[in-house]
Amino acid sequence: MDNAILRRRKREVLGGVIVLAALALLPLPIKDVYTQNLIIITVLFAGLAQAWNILGGYCGQISLGHALYFGVGGYVSTLLYLKAGLPPSLGLFAAFGVSGMLALLVGWPCFRLSGHYYAIATVVVGEIGYLLFLNWDFVGGATGVFIPFHGESWAQLQFKTAKLPYHYVVLAFAAATWLTAFLLEGSRWGFAWRAVKDDVTAARSLGVNIFSSKMAAAALSGGFTGMGGAIYAQYVGYIDPDSVLAGHFSILIALPAVLGGVSTLWGPLIGAAVLMPASELSRSYLGGSGRGVDLMLYGGLIVIGALARPQGLVSLFGRKDDHARIA
Amino acid sequence: MPVAEILQVAAGGLLMGLIYALVAAGLSLIFGLMDVVNFAHGELMMLAMYAVFAIWQLTGADPLLLLPVVAVLLFGVGMAIYRGLIARALSVQFNRGMVQIFVTFGLAIFIRGAAQFVWGGEFRSVTGHWLADRSLNLGGVFLPLPQVAASLVCLAAFAGLLMISRTEFGKALEATREDRDAVALIGIDRDRIFAMGWGLGAGAVGIAGVMLAGFYYVGPNVGASFAVIAYVTVALGGFGSMLGALVAGVLIGEVEAFTAALWEPSLKQVGVFAVYLLVLTFRPRGLFGKM
Amino acid sequence: MPALLEISHVSKRFGGVAANVDISFDVQQGEILGLIGPNGAGKTSLFNSIAGEVTPDSGEIRLDGVKLSGLGPVACAQRGVARTFQVVRSFDSMTVLENVMVGAFAKHASSTAAMKAAVDVLEFCGLSPRMDRPAWSLSPPEKRRLEVARALATEPRVLLLDEMLTGLTPTEAQSGVQLIRDVQARGITIVMVEHVMEIVLPLVGRAVVLNLGQVLTIGTPAEIVKNPDVIRAYLGDRYAA
Repeated sequence: MDNAILRRRKREVLGGVIVLAALALLPLPIKDVYTQNLIIITVLFAGLAQAWNILGGYCGQISLGHALYFGVGGYVSTLLYLKAGLPPSLGLFAAFGVSGMLALLVGWPCFRLSGHYYAIATVVVGEIGYLLFLNWDFVGGATGVFIPFHGESWAQLQFKTAKLPYHYVVLAFAAATWLTAFLLEGSRWGFAWRAVKDDVTAARSLGVNIFSSKMAAAALSGGFTGMGGAIYAQYVGYIDPDSVLAGHFSILIALPAVLGGVSTLWGPLIGAAVLMPASELSRSYLGGSGRGVDLMLYGGLIVIGALARPQGLVSLFGRKDDHARIA
Repeated sequence: MPVAEILQVAAGGLLMGLIYALVAAGLSLIFGLMDVVNFAHGELMMLAMYAVFAIWQLTGADPLLLLPVVAVLLFGVGMAIYRGLIARALSVQFNRGMVQIFVTFGLAIFIRGAAQFVWGGEFRSVTGHWLADRSLNLGGVFLPLPQVAASLVCLAAFAGLLMISRTEFGKALEATREDRDAVALIGIDRDRIFAMGWGLGAGAVGIAGVMLAGFYYVGPNVGASFAVIAYVTVALGGFGSMLGALVAGVLIGEVEAFTAALWEPSLKQVGVFAVYLLVLTFRPRGLFGKM
Repeated sequence: MPALLEISHVSKRFGGVAANVDISFDVQQGEILGLIGPNGAGKTSLFNSIAGEVTPDSGEIRLDGVKLSGLGPVACAQRGVARTFQVVRSFDSMTVLENVMVGAFAKHASSTAAMKAAVDVLEFCGLSPRMDRPAWSLSPPEKRRLEVARALATEPRVLLLDEMLTGLTPTEAQSGVQLIRDVQARGITIVMVEHVMEIVLPLVGRAVVLNLGQVLTIGTPAEIVKNPDVIRAYLGDRYAA
């Protein structure tokens, strides 16, 4: 069998392998901590954006409250480590599980809501999470939780002397989300989501029932986001509601996917590669004084990006046989 | 809870609720017209508050006097935002829904940064004006005058919106709301209606902001905290419904006040959110929503 | 032999209008049944009831004895009732192959199996050369073929065709007729709503004639063209005698 779909999938796999290899080799010659950190954050957010993309892009449910899963994942793995001694390398999966289930819980009632109502419901749920954690003593409230350093180990996911191991952890994470998106794109669910976006009536006439697939998308998206949160907590060594549950974080997760191109494989990666360095650099050089110039730049970039390239930056690299999506 | 206290809490909730209602009305107006949720709505209110602060700081003029000035200013800002950004966002070929969300989101971040740039990140407040620190005593219930003035003005603004809906322009607005594609056929310039709709929406939230500046702190993040309440109010009342905004606003004001009094002040928003989610479970379109 | 599809006393009102009044007939396995009648006869609303888009106010529709009415279009499709749309509804962001795969996924969970099935259906429908083209770029008769291919990919028991041959040139119509015969040869039962009498009557084994929401008569094409009530319904009293 040979057709455009199979050919494109082969190209994508090839591309994925190349990018993975390149990113695996990238940090080796880099010695300064600032750049190493920047790359780690960029790759982490590429993975987070891809995880968001599964629900918000491919499945079309635009969630503006994804920070909830990120934060819960971080707290779950941290607290299991501190209170139950579970090594964070396993805690990552616990985070995946809890955040995934939370996403199912939220999705169940919310998927009945259309478009804007859904978006706002996700904002509200995110805010509830933030407020609850802020006032909950068991999780440290506003003070947050410090993760004490017990020595370097892969099991504990703690590395003091070098950042390189963290790089490979986030790279594995990002690769996992990319692979999941790749598999979903070619799967029955992926086709179902695209069909419903194009013409709901026709989709239904072909037996497409998307409620269960939406739940699956929510679980995967939430789960991976939670895993990313757990990784982040271990990397930073500290977690508090303002850094992982606040509303602006939800936008931060979604933005690379939106700017790079939603429902595409490469969009979130391209978006992260552009946005993270831009925001880090603008914060370092312009934001320190708290004068808001970095926010102005960031906000301006979002507006211009959304208007100038609504299909996302990925369209700049488009091939002639990629078909246009009718809005 | 003793009756006097209940009345006190209820009164406070009503006063704040009317302000929420006006903020929500502006948002609902814009959405009802063109299906765009203005995620920069809170920041527009923040702009109005800073405008009041800046002019007051310069001239010492009482905020109440500045009401018409700032309202008109915000009206202009709203129209400018429509012509400069939203019109473009509406004509985009791909991912239109997502573009609209993120264009207004980006704008919100931009405005917040700009406010921080011009006035710094610290909180300011407008003090010593005519109504500041004065209150009314109605049978044991203390009503701070700035809040009373604010809610009266908001009610008046609602009445104003109602009167506008009776005029020629108001009918054009309603027609555009009903069938935005057909109105061109009867000679209505849709673009002009949209621009004025944005002007009105921004003006409404601007009025709320001016009155709020009379008793609330002014800071770059003020918009964000009121914004969430505003979205919830609109969604609860039903997108596109002015009556819904009014009812939902008052309802949320009361829920917030009682949650703070009976449970925990820092969790007052959770009470609001819980009610919101509850209503949505049974009425996904909100109380009066048509969309 | 028990009927494949039983329509029993189906009635439907829309507002003040009685679109279908006490409609009853059977569809036999393997036949091509025509659903004809003048404009406003109630063909479309009956069609939509069978396809699950609309729930009848009273009466039942059964497939193999199992009640179908009131279950909705998704359940109907899953149980083997597929349909095409009068105004073609293609998935324009996808290629022809991808469009058909959406249908194939109704019966195949794995994408390899769905792809293979879709390729076969496209071959059967003569659309293989267009496989990788975007759906929006097809010509109108090709788009109609795509509708059929997509519906066929769901491996239905019954295929409902909504004015599939209307507005085609004679050559295109002949191709369409051949396709329908080929579908029947595969064992699929067909119910077709049609206006173009010269094309549909030679094709169907039987036809149900509707008029003003009710069944006027059911019979073979030969019987129908001679039926004075039918002639009167279409052409008025002058031609009845």
